[in-house]
This record gives sequence, C-alpha cells and structure tokens, in this order.
Amino acid sequence: MSEELLGLTAAEQAARIEAGDVSAGEVFDYWRGRAAADDLGAYLWVAGETPDDAGTLPPIAVKDLFCVGGVPSMAGSRILDGYRPPYTATSVRNLQDAGVRVLGKTNQDEFAMGSSNENSGFGPVQNPWDRTRVPGGSSGGSAAAVAAGTAPWAIGTDTGGSIRQPASLCGIVGMKPTYGAVSRYGMIAFASSLDQCGPLTRDVTDAAILLSHLQGRDPCDSTSLGIPGGVPLPSAERLDGLRFGVWGMEEEGLEPGVAEQVNATLAKIEELGGSVERIELPHAKYGIPAYYVIAPAEASSNLARYDGVRYGHRSGNGDLTSMYEQTRHDGFGEEVRRRIMIGTYALSSGYYEAYYGTAQKVRTKIAEDLAAAFEKVDFVVSPTSATVAFKLGERTQDPLAMYLSDYFTVPMPLAGIPAISIPCGLSEGLPVGFQIAGPAFSEARILDAAHALEKSIGFEGVPVA
Amino acid sequence: MSVTEPDARIYEPVIGVEIHVQLRTRTKMFCGCSLSFGDEPNTHTCPVCLGHPGTLPVTNAEAVHFALMIAMALECEIAPRSIFHRKNYFYPDLPKGYQISQYDLPLARHGRLGDVRIHRVHMEEDAAKQIHAGSSGRIHGAETSVVDFNRGGTPLVEIVTEPDLRTPGEVAEFGRLLQATLRRMGVSDVNMEEGSLRVDANVSIRPAGTATLGTKTELKNMNSFRFLERGIAAEIARQEQILHGGGEVEQETLHYDPQTGSLTSLRSKEEAHDYRYFPEPDLVPVAPTEEMLTRARDALPELPAARAERLERDLALPADTARLLAFRSELGDFFESAVEASGNGNVRTLANWTMNELAARIGDSDPAATELKPAALAELVAMVDAREVSASAAKEVLDVLVAEGGTPAAVVEAKGLGRAESGELESIVDQAIADNPDAVAKIREGKTQAIGAIVGVVMRETKGRADGGEVQRMISERLSD
Repeated sequence: MSEELLGLTAAEQAARIEAGDVSAGEVFDYWRGRAAADDLGAYLWVAGETPDDAGTLPPIAVKDLFCVGGVPSMAGSRILDGYRPPYTATSVRNLQDAGVRVLGKTNQDEFAMGSSNENSGFGPVQNPWDRTRVPGGSSGGSAAAVAAGTAPWAIGTDTGGSIRQPASLCGIVGMKPTYGAVSRYGMIAFASSLDQCGPLTRDVTDAAILLSHLQGRDPCDSTSLGIPGGVPLPSAERLDGLRFGVWGMEEEGLEPGVAEQVNATLAKIEELGGSVERIELPHAKYGIPAYYVIAPAEASSNLARYDGVRYGHRSGNGDLTSMYEQTRHDGFGEEVRRRIMIGTYALSSGYYEAYYGTAQKVRTKIAEDLAAAFEKVDFVVSPTSATVAFKLGERTQDPLAMYLSDYFTVPMPLAGIPAISIPCGLSEGLPVGFQIAGPAFSEARILDAAHALEKSIGFEGVPVA
Repeated sequence: MSVTEPDARIYEPVIGVEIHVQLRTRTKMFCGCSLSFGDEPNTHTCPVCLGHPGTLPVTNAEAVHFALMIAMALECEIAPRSIFHRKNYFYPDLPKGYQISQYDLPLARHGRLGDVRIHRVHMEEDAAKQIHAGSSGRIHGAETSVVDFNRGGTPLVEIVTEPDLRTPGEVAEFGRLLQATLRRMGVSDVNMEEGSLRVDANVSIRPAGTATLGTKTELKNMNSFRFLERGIAAEIARQEQILHGGGEVEQETLHYDPQTGSLTSLRSKEEAHDYRYFPEPDLVPVAPTEEMLTRARDALPELPAARAERLERDLALPADTARLLAFRSELGDFFESAVEASGNGNVRTLANWTMNELAARIGDSDPAATELKPAALAELVAMVDAREVSASAAKEVLDVLVAEGGTPAAVVEAKGLGRAESGELESIVDQAIADNPDAVAKIREGKTQAIGAIVGVVMRETKGRADGGEVQRMISERLSD
C-alpha cells in the first residue's frame, strides 16, 4: 500500500484512509520517511515522530514562515535561528482542525524575499526536474517537496508571486487566494497588504480541498473575511461560454518555449468551448516598480521587531545602538538588508510622496485595469513566469533580473485578486505554468476552469522521484 | 482695540499641551491582555503585545468607545473614517519597532474644553516600561536594563490643544478641568503620579502684542500639576533670558527636574526622529456607526463644566463653590443627595459644610464610602441653621457620623451636645463678665477685640454647646447698657 501512496493525489489518499485501506498514521509515517530522505534542501524541519492522533487527511508540508507552536519557525532567516513560537498560525490550526497534521517546515527565501529560494538563510533548494536549477521562490521548498514527492501537499505564501512562480517552475498547482480569504495571523509578515496564504498541490482538486479548510474569517486578523460561500470541489469539464482575456504574450523576455505551451493551452480553452481574446493591462508594466516600493516599505517596518531584545539572534556586547546594528547585520541576509534599505528610504520624510505615494497610485491604476478587464472577460490569463526554471546562481548577481521573474504574478496581489498557476506542458524538459486570474472571491470559478483545463492538458509530471 | 507698539522687553508666553490619557478598558488596545498597574513584571503579556513574529493587532472596541466619549466631551468633530498609522523607531520598550498611532486622519478634531480649543484627539498604544539598573537610573551608564511589558499596549488617547494658554496657572487650571472631566466619565484613572495622565507642554514666547509664534520647546511628562506649573515657569524664564541676551531659542525637548528646578535637554531638533509614518496595513479604518455614536453619547454623564454652571445657576451657589463641587464629582454627588434630602433647604450652608468640614474629614476618599449618609448631613446642617446645635458641637457630631453613622439627633442626645438653655447661658455669661473686669474695661474703651476673651470663657464653661455668635451678642447687650 505505502509505495502506492506516492502515485496518489492527497484527495485520493484521503479516500483510502476513509475507506480503511490504510490508516492516517501509516500515511503520516510514509510521508515522514519521504520527507526525512529529502536531499533537495526542501525541508528545514521534519516531524520526529508520527502523532498519536494522525488526523483524517494526509499530512502537510508547511512553509517555514508559518508559526507552529513549539516547532522551529524561522521564515528562512538566521535572525530567527532556533525560534519556536508560543502559538500556531490560524491557517495551520484550521488545517489541524480539519484533520491535517504538520509533516515538516519547508525552506524558503528569507522572509519570503526572493524568486529562486537562493536567499534562504539555510541554503538553496534544488529543482527536482533539474538539480542545477532553482525551484522558484519564495515558497521554493514547498513547491519542490510536492513536485519531488516528499510531501503530499503543501502551503506557502504569495506576496508578489511566491506561490504561483515556484509552482510554475516545479510543474505543480499553486493558488494565491483573494486578499483576506485566509487569515494572516501567525504568518511571519513580509508585506502585510500583499501577503496571502495558499495551497501548493499536485492537482486542482487538492488545491480546492486545502483552500476550503484554510479560508475563513479570523477574529485575530481584522483584514480577513473568508470566501463567501466557501470553496466547493471543482467538477467542470467544459468551458462553454467563458471568456478568457490573455495578456503579456508580446513581452520581451518571454521564452518561445513558454509562449508555445501557453498558446497551446489557449487552443485547448477554445476546444473546451471557451473564447480567447487579447486584452491590455496598460499599467501592468509598472507593477514591478510599484511592488518593489510597497513591499520593501512594509517590510522595513515589519522586520523592525527583529532587534535582538526579546527572541531570536542577538550579537554585540556594546551599547544599545551597536547591539541593534550588529544583530541585524549578522542576522539578516543581503537581500533582506537591501530591501530594508529600499523601504526605509521610500518612507523617509521628503521622499514618501514621490515613492510610496506614487506606488500606491500605480497600485490603484493596476486594480482599475483589471476591473476594466473583468467587465469584458471572466478570467485574465497569461504565462505564470516568462521563463522556465533558471540555473542556480544565474540571477543572484543581478537583482533587477531576479525582480522581473515576478512580472506576470505581481499585478494580482497589488489588486488583491485571486490567481492560480497550473502546469500546462514542458519546454526543454522543464515545466511551464499557465496563470488564471479572476475577480475578488471568484476562487470557485477559477478552480472550476482550472479543473476543466487540467483534465484536457493531462500534464504528467509528478512525482519525479 | 487700542494699538500699542510692541515692547520688545515684555514677552507673552504661548503654550499648548499634549496630554496622554491611559484608558481604563478591560484589555489592551490591540490584544486580549488585561490591564495592570504594579503587578509582577511581564505577567500581562501575550505573543501580540510582545511583538512575536506573525502576530496581528485587533482594535479594542471598548477603547474606541471611550475615545469617542472623550471626543464628544471635548465637543470635537468626529471623523467619519479615521485610520491607524505606524510610527517607526527602535527602542527596547517598543516590541514591534513601531507604535500603532493615528497620524493625518485622527479620530476627532476641532473641539474645545472651557476657553481652550482642542486641535485633535487620537488613539494609540502605550510603550512598555524600561528599568535601568545602575546609579544613574537612566539608560546611559546603566549596567543592565530590563523591560516590563505589562504596560506595553495599554490604550492611550492623546489630546492636543491649540496654543491657547498664556500662563503656567492657566495650564494647570486647564489640566485640572480635563482631569475632572475624564474622571467623571470613568474612562481613565487620570493619576499623574502613576502615569495614567501625562502632560507635555509646548512653550514659546513672543514680544507682547505680536502675532507670530516664537520657536517652541517641548517640556516632557511632568508628574503633577504643581511641577507642571513650575516647569513651565522655569522654561518661560529661561527663554526670556535667552532673548534678553540677544540669543535665539532652539527647538528641543526638555526635561524638568522638580528637585533641582533645572531644565535639561533630551533631544535637539537635529536629533529628532524621522518616524516614517505610513498607514497600518494590519488594521481596518475606524468608521463609527450611528449606533456607536449614540452609545458613546448616551454614556456621557453631566460633565464638570456643565455641572458647575448648573449648581451656580439653579442653586445660586458662588462660582468658586460650584466649581469645587463639580470638579470633585463624588463630593458633588454627595452634596446633591443631601440637598435633595433637605428638601432644597440650607443649600449654601450644606455646600460649605460639604466643601469644608466633610472634605477635611475624608481627604481624597469618596464620602459615599464613609458611614455618613447624605440625609444625616442635611439634618445636621438644618439643626445648625435652626440654632438647635452650635457650630462647634455640630463639628463633633459630624466626626461621629462619619466614623459610626447614625442620625445627628441621636448623637447630640447621646453626647449631651444640645444647645445650652438660655437661662443657664445667661447666668454663665453674667458670671464671665463679673470674672473678667480687665476685658470689660477694654471693651468699654472701644477695644472690641477683647470681647473674644469673655466669649472664650463662656464656650469653655458650656463645653461648646453655646453658639458663639449668640454669646457675643449677649455680652455686647450687657456691656452697652
């Protein structure tokens, strides 16, 4: 039975547990063994033993930045080395309440700042499709674990694309829900107005199941609302009458192999009864600069609490100021320090309007572009990433090239709307992701469309191992 | 209006105050920890108020309710939508590295209290408390510093006035009115020594008769109205001396030491922080509903300023007395209950007895917490007015009533304090005149002060049961023959 589990989706494994073919404890045991044997750098912590109450669903790999009571939760940062929080994130609790147990904590870019997982304070993650390549980021560990078959499913967070881009590069499904769909309480913050928790899974059905348990209004997060009507299981097999607006296909830097797979997917949409038209998002090109002002600005404030006073790393024996400086210099990696500097500058007196103020106006413009698009079409679609997985080290010396990895994924969090990435084929032997975005709280419709498309595409990619 | 040349040697102080009020809510501003004062350090904390990774603030609805009450009491315009900002700076007493406060969209603006205009009223959270071990007691030179997070996150309302105050006395008077008002509302302990009411003063001076404002300095956190007055007076004197000497006042933050009377600089303008304010993304705007506004309005009691006016108008009390009774609302309440019990008689005497005799006996405590009942005070005062008991005997009776309760009549009876019968009194007076020929001679010479000696003898003989005024009248009658 155990070896069979590897070939099953989480929903299929759950069905076996329910049917009594296998116990939840055996399932947990199996995945614990797989996770412990991970050699991609995907995990930062794996459960030491199978819990007495192993729940009712397969266990989950959780991105390191989710606080789990008593379990190392470091957001991939040395500054939180050894930190074990005294409480558990609402999203994780919701999963626990639904019968899902925590299998392990997955590697990530430090404080979710990165698109390759190379900014982790605990080393990079290798892409299971090609170990010389990155898994994407920042939820690189979660994506690699699901793709490599060392986790049945996973959760991550998406701020500018941190679920969808690694899902794309690893050939799995990743969804960023509407801002407010899932509680942020207990998610170590990067950029509060953008961060959102979501599933990374083998297929669309698994994503829907996880999201249905994750979502909900939380009294501990005033910005949370839940998803009105919840998240039903997707069942659609056709796309009749649905209109898809495609954008960004003329972008410079879009790899021909990626464009080819996306075009083939557009053809499938039409085969399934949907219609495809080109749309313009005139301000999308300003998404990256706006994002790289707003997110660092919020991060510069969110990361101020790592000061060596109460928990985590502390260096220096001198006075207060040198303790602060030494602690933060030693504890934070280069990219985090860079973004704190950018964000601090953008919020400084005299520069605030020019940077933060302007970026917020751009954010509004992008939301208006998308709202205008949804007047004409049901979904806005594009490649998830302009490229397939790139080589480890390829972009580390060029932050701007790295930032452009988020080109297609940044507009949605800026507008607060949901989007999914599903694998749509291979280019040069590496997965290509197809992104479907919809209006706020249209998760059920997005999942249905993705479900129909997934069946038609028939992507066979997992597990690699 | 007469126009005079400004005299460059006479300066007019211009003062505004910023007042921080700790609210007396059940829990902290953004988490569920209970408030405390003087408890074991770090026992009222949770992941949220310790700034643990991943935690989020949630606005305390009771704090918003109290803040709305305060805004209404200060006759402010309440913003239909206000938001929180983050005020960013590093300090060990600030666990998140920022304070959640309000910035350009505060809860309320444009109010007034008495003659002083209120610039704004906003909500924020208090910092934790640092304790520095070492001789200096301050962070510089301390061997170790520890932080008690019990206070961190306590709800604060900050009230900022316009620069409408002109003298240290006016500042203290305004402060006392605000304190009485907030105490009456029950929204804060308003205890300056414990820090639940903190006053910072912005002080500048300008040549009398001119309209432009001089450079201001900020005087931080004085813990009594007396020190506040003295600190401001010292700062005005310092600024005058600078200008007289041809110098310029520098913008800075100062600390006044009430022990030495000295002012020391805490921070110059150059050292001022750039707080990098930006909208707090973890919180939703505060948009008071009609229901919230109605609830806040209904929760407002009669405030001291209005009560003083009413007591003066309806009960014909002198302005000073009315104000004193209104400012100490528990005395005012007791007084009004006594007035009611008396059937609205003896109002002035009752007011005097409440303000002087009763207040002297109970100190700062609530008269309702003593054994004395308002009806008993009313009855006692009626007996004094009716001359059934002398004033001095009545004071003795009041001692008993405050300590043991009971009715004045019963106490007078039990202690034999009833007024001396006039037959008895006449013979005591006659005897006293006969026994004091020297005094009598002086009185006859026109030295009327000497009458006191004979009155004293009579009072001693009657053990205070006689009425001093009546005794004096009887002596005068006898000696004027």
